[in-house]
Amino acid sequence: MTMVQAMFYLMGFITLASGLFIAISKNLVRSVFMFFVTLMALAGLYVLALADFIAITQIVVYVGGILVLIIFAFMLSGRETLANLQQQQSKFIRIKKLPAILLAVLFFIVMISVLFKTNFDGLPWIQQAIAQKNTIGTNDAMIGNIGVGLMTHYLLPFEAISILLMMALVGAAHISRKEKGI
Amino acid sequence: MISLSDFLIVSAGLFCIGLFVILTKRNAIQILIGIELMLNAAILNLIAFGKYDRFINSGQTFALFAIVLAAATTAVALAIILNVYKKYKTIDPDKTDQLKD
Repeated sequence: MTMVQAMFYLMGFITLASGLFIAISKNLVRSVFMFFVTLMALAGLYVLALADFIAITQIVVYVGGILVLIIFAFMLSGRETLANLQQQQSKFIRIKKLPAILLAVLFFIVMISVLFKTNFDGLPWIQQAIAQKNTIGTNDAMIGNIGVGLMTHYLLPFEAISILLMMALVGAAHISRKEKGI
Repeated sequence: MISLSDFLIVSAGLFCIGLFVILTKRNAIQILIGIELMLNAAILNLIAFGKYDRFINSGQTFALFAIVLAAATTAVALAIILNVYKKYKTIDPDKTDQLKD
């Protein structure tokens, strides 16, 4: 087993284990901080998939932006929510959760079975990419290529998403302002 | 190197965990975390397939767009959650039922 594979299994295990902890934890604060661990391990997985720029973006935007926003909203929404949450009975598996467990496990089985039936190396577009040397190698730096692509090939989606981001932020500020007569 | 299906298995597991979180949690913020988990599973898929596109980087570019979309979604959703908390004094989605008949 090479070093890369060992790192991959470690990151995958951390990702899935912290995700499971989020799923079974009763405490909201603990699940938010476990979400932090999940996001960091996912950034490691992105690096192993040869997408280093996306990994940095993941850390900056998700961990620095979204997670802090969630923690702020949670801390602002008061102590009573926290108290109510911790009063729930802490039986591990309740009967009300059984349909959700069933649905999630069955969906997982369906996806895994489809995955194992597919031969990825035999897909035509992947074979074409390998034949044309269109795959990213471990020595390639893709950041400059992504930057040029954002300004040329993906200019329309880039501008559209910037307008959408501005609309979303203005809308969020408008919704959450304090005013009686709207 | 790591094969493509390894990434897809991790992504499928993460997606199902997110689905479970959305279905069982009784707190709007935890449901939001479940949605983020599912989004991250989709982004992991995009990046794993994006390895086979070196010249125009479609997978990685759209992963970037998906991350930005997730940020916008979270900002609006948290504003809505704060407003719901101000009005109902709870963020349990089962108890905010005044629109019901």
